[in-house]
Amino acid sequence: MNIHEYQAKDILKSYGVRIQEGIVVDTPAQAVEAARELSNQTGTKWYVVKAQIHAGGRGKGGGVKLAKNLDEVREKSKDIIGMQLITHQTGPEGKKVNKVLIAEDVYYPGASEPKEYYISILLDRGKACNVIMASTEGGMDIEEVAEHTPEKIIKEWIDPRVGLQQFQARKLAFALGLEGEAHKEMVKFINALYKAYVETDSSMFEINPVLKTSDNKILAVDAKVNLDDNSMFRHKDFVALRDLNEEDALEVEASSNDLNYVKLDGNVGCMVNGAGLAMATMDIIKLSGGEPANFLDVGGGANAKTVEAGFRIILKDPNVKAILINIFGGIVRCDRVANGVVEAYKNIGEIRVPIIVRLQGTNAEEGARIIDESGLKVFSAVLLKDAAAKVKEVLASID
Amino acid sequence: MSVLVNKNSKVIVQGFTGSEGSFHAQQMIEYGTNVVGGVTPGKGGSTHLDKPVFNTVAEAVQKAGADTSIIFVPPAFAADAIMEAADAGIKVIICITEGIPTKDMVYAKEYIQDKDCRLIGPNCPGVMTAEECKVGIMPGFIFKKGKVGIVSKSGTLTYEAVDQLTKAGLGQTTAIGIGGDPIIGTTTKEAVELLMNDPETEGIVMIGEIGGGMEAEAAYWIKATGNKKPVVGFIAGQTAPKGRRMGHAGAIIGGADDTAAAKMKIMEECGIHVVHSPADIGETMLRVLGNN
Repeated sequence: MNIHEYQAKDILKSYGVRIQEGIVVDTPAQAVEAARELSNQTGTKWYVVKAQIHAGGRGKGGGVKLAKNLDEVREKSKDIIGMQLITHQTGPEGKKVNKVLIAEDVYYPGASEPKEYYISILLDRGKACNVIMASTEGGMDIEEVAEHTPEKIIKEWIDPRVGLQQFQARKLAFALGLEGEAHKEMVKFINALYKAYVETDSSMFEINPVLKTSDNKILAVDAKVNLDDNSMFRHKDFVALRDLNEEDALEVEASSNDLNYVKLDGNVGCMVNGAGLAMATMDIIKLSGGEPANFLDVGGGANAKTVEAGFRIILKDPNVKAILINIFGGIVRCDRVANGVVEAYKNIGEIRVPIIVRLQGTNAEEGARIIDESGLKVFSAVLLKDAAAKVKEVLASID
Repeated sequence: MSVLVNKNSKVIVQGFTGSEGSFHAQQMIEYGTNVVGGVTPGKGGSTHLDKPVFNTVAEAVQKAGADTSIIFVPPAFAADAIMEAADAGIKVIICITEGIPTKDMVYAKEYIQDKDCRLIGPNCPGVMTAEECKVGIMPGFIFKKGKVGIVSKSGTLTYEAVDQLTKAGLGQTTAIGIGGDPIIGTTTKEAVELLMNDPETEGIVMIGEIGGGMEAEAAYWIKATGNKKPVVGFIAGQTAPKGRRMGHAGAIIGGADDTAAAKMKIMEECGIHVVHSPADIGETMLRVLGNN
């Protein structure tokens, strides 16, 4: 699960990670109030107005602005709240900004130059342990750093048996070129950050940039936190951090029906049991000349109710010109799925797009018979390659 | 011959008396699997499905001689169940449970590292040796004893391959569902290696998906060891977008290396017969085995 910057910073702070302080607001008036309060708390003279959406590249898209007084806070907040923010991660339609974070200015001048770093923590799947990655190239897109100057990324793998060791934190801080007070602060920062990562069951932390201030404090200016969906049973308080505004409306509806659905841009919808087969079915749609409109795994217990819910969600996507249902019945019986399809079809009423139903496995012939005898405008197939041919045929007839 | 499980395997079910455990234990028994009992803490001493229930895996090993375990325990307790099985001396641990926190699996994988056992899964359909032994949730009737081994991250896509191999008249030796999570006990390469060393397996179907580097690792190993048996490969998710999780916890494209296209390219370069449509698995295997 993705969360907002302000939520991520709240979590980090609760584990003793120093952050750029801020207050999240919904309106320009609140923004001014927040700025006043922030000055009282931190003594900051300038402010940063930061759009809160689940996407990177906000600064380049115009979603992060410096404000040098309260009037500017009001003005800039007004510009950003309600805007459709487009970044390289939002897609061309962008994302609507509902909240802004009013944050303190941490780039103030002082004894030394402020400097930005990069730190992330994630799972190394191959080594089956966590890895901390750090770089002196703070504020940059780390994928680009990895591609062009991989030597500038330092990694420390964490032994699951003993966790992060102090020599590792020191090593990272030295490798970043830090000394004296700043080095000590960085060691502290890394320790607190790793503790937060483990105790929150996160699957990714990306702090970019980590800032060394002009007075040698180390703090998180931005924070991207990804929580492990599978561990939510241990973190009931995190469930409230989910922001449905950030998710596709159809995906939200699907998840409330316990369907695993990902919206895509194509013209052929699909409904499948099992994630691997669902991906493979998308691939077949492409090979048959179409583009998949979605990923949809109805899971092991496909029945009339889930099939109907799946249908309704797929049909709400105006791009869908045909639907391919692909069920391999192991425990699921194909005759039941077929009955579910017929029932759902009747309940929904008019379905304007052709449907191809491929049922294989337990009671497959029976399932095909039910579909064929239903009198509905549904094509049935038993073999996967027949289903693929049917998709091709149907798409050709639409064009 | 076969790998991992056969008619001599003595199987226990962890999470035996739960609804999933009961249902699949019954199915396994009907298929002919030698289920010697089950484990449900607190219900030891009773019987379920005419088999003894034990409080601990250690007791099941001691009293029923169990050497193989299948786990249907809920996600919050599944990593603990894996470690208990390993500690008790179970040799083959098959974990079906989906939704185990990644952190728990990091610890469990580390814990079993120096134990004499092999973990399959989690989040997998189990292991099936055709017409001999089913330790999983795969539909038994689609299998036919034969000569092709299968390694797959996915459940229903495995059934698809099995079905095509049966219809092509090739049949199967053992199908290994390794699971779709980011951390799994047995990697693609390790499962392929088991089948390469199995004298009855003449060809191998290797089914992967987007995310991680296990298919590439397996492909390089296959090439380095001289392509001893023909391998037909498929990677699901050629049309999957970057950065989105496609159902399986591990099925997410992180960078340029773990896309379907990148994996397929490496597999092709390593001499694997890559199919772009999952509908072509059976026929391709028939063709490449015919050429040998």
